Amino acid sequence: MVGLSHYLILGSLLFAISVVGIFLNRKNVIVLLMAIELMLLAVNLNFIAFSHYLQDTAGQVFVFFILTVAAAESAIGLAILVVLFRNLKTINVDDINSLKG
Amino acid sequence: MNFNDYVFYVLAAILLFAGLRVITSRNPVHAALHLVLAFFTAAGIWLLLEAEFLAIALVLVYVGAVMVLFLFVVMMLDINLDKLREGFWEALPIALPVGILMTLEMVMILGSKHFGVDRVAAPTPHPAGYSNTAELGRQLYTDYLLPFELASVVLLVAIVAAIALTLRDRKDSKFIDPAEQVKVKRADRIRMVSMPADVEIPAAAETEGKDKA
Repeated sequence: MVGLSHYLILGSLLFAISVVGIFLNRKNVIVLLMAIELMLLAVNLNFIAFSHYLQDTAGQVFVFFILTVAAAESAIGLAILVVLFRNLKTINVDDINSLKG
Repeated sequence: MNFNDYVFYVLAAILLFAGLRVITSRNPVHAALHLVLAFFTAAGIWLLLEAEFLAIALVLVYVGAVMVLFLFVVMMLDINLDKLREGFWEALPIALPVGILMTLEMVMILGSKHFGVDRVAAPTPHPAGYSNTAELGRQLYTDYLLPFELASVVLLVAIVAAIALTLRDRKDSKFIDPAEQVKVKRADRIRMVSMPADVEIPAAAETEGKDKA
């Protein structure tokens, strides 16, 4: 019998996978953005699982807003990426150091 | 185990496989396509959790729009993959323990000890005719009206920002500024020249004409 904990553990596994992905793909900005999307998906899964088992639609409303903000975030992130590539001809994180941070 | 449980395990396995392929695939296009698979499978799991509206919204917004945007950008950029893959697995000795530790910590809290079947009872089924979309819409337009409007403002700002960042105006484009057109005065367009009405025709011009004829 699948209960709430199964969904939560699936969400945490997905979250951990995307954290490992951020470590591994630390040079490739595109895959970094994808790993962030995967992270948000894991968080949304937790929200919906709790919303279902506690019978409260507020969790689903929250997921709705997360989807909105994530879509805006990825659109702007990709726009910045395109401008970056146009100016530097690279998307390697190691080469993006003109601010010397 | 009933049918729903089998569906959950199959979808969970596909989701985890797709997630792993997203972070390990060599080609960013393959990563994006596996991310599509992950979103699609997650939509299936959300359907199991009776969040029908959000499952369809995930497919429409993410698979339909955001991932197409990702694929566009990935295919538009000419990336040197070998440089980006340099030392890809070097971070694994740090990344894997961090990932495993995070999972263990979360499983200890979220596992069946606290959120198992015996702790959190399965929800009572909804009455016939219950609509998840209608309920969500009712909440959005009553209790969450201000956040809803703010979300639309966020989307508008994102549109304007994305276009403003990537817009390149062409040097050779010919366009008319309407404000400049309206501001024009009579003096800018015509010049009054005083020309005397009676002009003496020089006699030499007449003789030249005769020679040509």
